[in-house]
Amino acid sequence: MSDAEGKAVTTASDAVITARDLTKRYSGVSVVDAINFDILKGEVFGLLGPNGAGKTTTILMVLGLTDISAGQVRVLGYDPARAPLQVKRRVGYLPDSVGFYDHLTAAENLSYTAKLMGLSRTERPRRIAAALARVQLLDVANERVATFSRGMRQRLGLAEIVVKQAEIAILDEPTSGLDPQATHELLDLIGELKAEGVTVLLSSHLLDQVQRVCNRVALFQAGRVVLMGPVADLARQVLGAGFVVEVEADGAGLARRFATIPGVTGVETLAADRFRMTADRDVRPDAARVVVGANGSLRRLFVDVPSLETIYARYFQSHKEPSRGARHAA
Amino acid sequence: MRREGSPFQGLGTVAVKELSDNLSSARMLVLELLIVLTALAALYGAIDSLRQNTAEDPFLLLRLFTVDRAPLPSFVAILGFLIPLMAIGLGFDSINSEHNRRTLSRILAQPIYRDALLMGKFLAGLTTLAISLAALWLMVIGLGLIFLGVPPGGEEVARSLAFLVIAIFYAGVWLSLAILLSIVFRSPATAALVALGIWLFLTVLWPMLAPALAQVIAPPDPRYAALGLDTPETAIWAQTLARLSPNHLFGEAMLAVLSPTTRSLGPVFLEQLRGAVMGAPLPFGESLMIAWPQTVGLIASTIVLFVAGYVVFQRQEVRA
Repeated sequence: MSDAEGKAVTTASDAVITARDLTKRYSGVSVVDAINFDILKGEVFGLLGPNGAGKTTTILMVLGLTDISAGQVRVLGYDPARAPLQVKRRVGYLPDSVGFYDHLTAAENLSYTAKLMGLSRTERPRRIAAALARVQLLDVANERVATFSRGMRQRLGLAEIVVKQAEIAILDEPTSGLDPQATHELLDLIGELKAEGVTVLLSSHLLDQVQRVCNRVALFQAGRVVLMGPVADLARQVLGAGFVVEVEADGAGLARRFATIPGVTGVETLAADRFRMTADRDVRPDAARVVVGANGSLRRLFVDVPSLETIYARYFQSHKEPSRGARHAA
Repeated sequence: MRREGSPFQGLGTVAVKELSDNLSSARMLVLELLIVLTALAALYGAIDSLRQNTAEDPFLLLRLFTVDRAPLPSFVAILGFLIPLMAIGLGFDSINSEHNRRTLSRILAQPIYRDALLMGKFLAGLTTLAISLAALWLMVIGLGLIFLGVPPGGEEVARSLAFLVIAIFYAGVWLSLAILLSIVFRSPATAALVALGIWLFLTVLWPMLAPALAQVIAPPDPRYAALGLDTPETAIWAQTLARLSPNHLFGEAMLAVLSPTTRSLGPVFLEQLRGAVMGAPLPFGESLMIAWPQTVGLIASTIVLFVAGYVVFQRQEVRA
């Protein structure tokens, strides 16, 4: 912590969390290795990567719950290591597979943390009831948490963040282990938080879910941020083209004809009647014209929105050597 | 590196919550029953033997605490044995259960320091023990009134109050130890086993080992042995070693406070007793002076063990 004054650091004016060369070492091994990011006010930022890539450690450093080995982090302008109470008053945290006191009811659990937050006696019941209503747990408010399903516990954890009226919500693997219905509900709640202007930092290894709610993502690999940006940008960066169009049609020499469409950078023949084109624009009208022009029968034509899953898989295929690629991207 | 804010923020909240958990837990009920029933049995024996020889005794009430009738040990001896069990029962899972329930990181993400959590748990445990011991103390006095029919004098009450305070500190030692182990060991079962092992070692094995070790360190002089006397060095070593056990400290302090005729806790030469009226009780203040070093020893051990736990806890990673 050499330049803890923050003068040397330039940050975007509306960044609420900034990390500069943030590093965490456990007995000499870097678990998080000199990562940099700015999280802007009101955005949903996703930390993605396999388990053990350093996502949770990064989150704990942001919260001031674990020491920083090198570099620095600022949350709403505060240093979490020096002013942890200021940070923790404004930031809500939903840990990975959150736990509650099983012998207490949902309302009692929230009441305990509300007391720790320093809320007044009159404020507490009002905020707790409102938060439980928000996450649809009001009818089980007086039941013991021992009977709650995993999805209900996660929602109760979100209710705690709502009670806190946090400016930043940090969610660690909020949807892991949930069934599709519970996942859907939770993602909707995260969307609501965002709509209210709460900045959300969430980590996940479930890419398609993150894609749905995140404005920007950072891909972690072995303690480094290897890719960062909006999902569409990452697709262009990694897949080389913005659009993937798939065609299912009969016709002679279609593959050859597709390749002549301006803007198409590659054609793949998936089956006798299925083709995949990569292009730098939406080439669906041209493809249709080609098929019709070749007297073929067009059965299916769609543009494949690049999924994070694809980006991720492609990225790691082409970067077997993590350290070189990481330095390049970061 | 200076931290902002008070380390005690949230302390009261944690302490009240833990206290209510402690008092309402089934575990506490079992421990209370165990202690009350065993103590009742000891008291019954004491009352019985006191009623049979109602010699004139100015400290009849205090005798309730110290008189034993085979096969049961005295009330104080039973407490010296069982208070650690109660304290260990309260403390062995205080921190590691928060880890295992995955509540720790959620609680520490609230605007409090770790200090408040640890201190709150310790204070809640100590308060629980104090409440139980105070209830036990009232029970002894009440039973004494009913069965002996002699109202306690002011000095007797003062001495028994001193007993209560020292017993609470004795409980504090074991509570600190249990909390320390709950921080060091992630599994509550391991923490409990280690705590019980230490407890058995210090209360059962150490009193036998200490004299043996003393004989190794300072072999008895055959000239003393020929006269049937203990060698002073050996006796002193035996006592010093025995005092490493909080159980022994508690026993000595109790002896001084509850038996007013106690003049010294260590070996004395006959010439040091010249002029002493043997069997005459000491004033309360003097008895306290005799018990003072032991009491300070108990308080100091409590603090040292708590600080050790505190240091380990501050450096511990919160992630499960």
